[in-house]
Amino acid sequence: MLHIINKSPLTNGSFENCLRVAEAGEIILIEDAVYAATKGGALEAKVREVMGRYKIHVLMPDLEARGLADRLMDGVTAVDYGGFVDLVAGNKNCQSWL
Amino acid sequence: MPHIEVNGKSYETDEEGYLLNLAEWNMDVAEYIAKTENLNMTDNHWEVINFLREYYEEYQIAPAVRVLTKAIGKKFGPEKGTSQYLYELFPYGPGKQACKVAGLPKPTGCI
Amino acid sequence: MSDIKKFMFVNRKAPHGTIYALESLEVVLITAAFDQDVSLVFLDDGVYQLKKGQQTKGIETKNFSTTYRALEGYDIEKLYVEKESMDARGLTEDDLLVDVTVLTSKEMGALMSDQDVVLSF
Repeated sequence: MLHIINKSPLTNGSFENCLRVAEAGEIILIEDAVYAATKGGALEAKVREVMGRYKIHVLMPDLEARGLADRLMDGVTAVDYGGFVDLVAGNKNCQSWL
Repeated sequence: MPHIEVNGKSYETDEEGYLLNLAEWNMDVAEYIAKTENLNMTDNHWEVINFLREYYEEYQIAPAVRVLTKAIGKKFGPEKGTSQYLYELFPYGPGKQACKVAGLPKPTGCI
Repeated sequence: MSDIKKFMFVNRKAPHGTIYALESLEVVLITAAFDQDVSLVFLDDGVYQLKKGQQTKGIETKNFSTTYRALEGYDIEKLYVEKESMDARGLTEDDLLVDVTVLTSKEMGALMSDQDVVLSF
């Protein structure tokens, strides 16, 4: 299953809400959620910890827009719009944590 | 959509005649818009137009008249950094009229 | 001159996911014409608005991050960021597009209380 998150992890609960509920699978961070995939912040340890359970992806155009393309955490996969479509198509279902 | 025709090419504008796509701008289009505004383009006009385009390129906004006046004075000398000078070049307002010729949107906060 | 008021714009949202940051910036630019004592504050995700190196080509939106550099020309020179917000996001002053004053939460709270008008974004 694919989980889609689009809210900033430090000012909105949807990232943590997703982690509380979601079984092992794939997560894609888009829009303001891409901040969760950057190095050096308060959430980095938490994200590293859940990497074993989830394959985490980030939508690169959104990361670039926020000036953080050079700060992507190791272990997070960058995808473009085509890759995002492939993820949606490749999973049985998806949940958007709006 | 309103548009203007210059040298056989069509350019989309808004209702007031401002170019919609600033990447389409060229000197012929500028001359054409200037004519519709009853402006006779001189080197002094071009100086302001080119300055506005550079400013927009750098900051992604058209400057307010007060800011433009100050910046023109700094770059081209104090005798040009007055609103009187800029209004002589662009009688209907350096913000409104010069931005139109430069292919930029109306300055933020311009009435 | 006695009717100059202290205006503070409080920016707490990340730049591209919502319209708040851009709207705030436009109001700031318009307000600049009124010669008031204007402070801009960047708190929580708002500090991301000032991050260097934003490239919006891929998401096809206006890259208004460079507009923060124009604020000086509008005589808006009081820019404050909260240290705690920067730390939580792994950011330092070197990551920012413009010169700012870094305040602690406590100092920020005091500055906020001191304002005549606070505009929240």
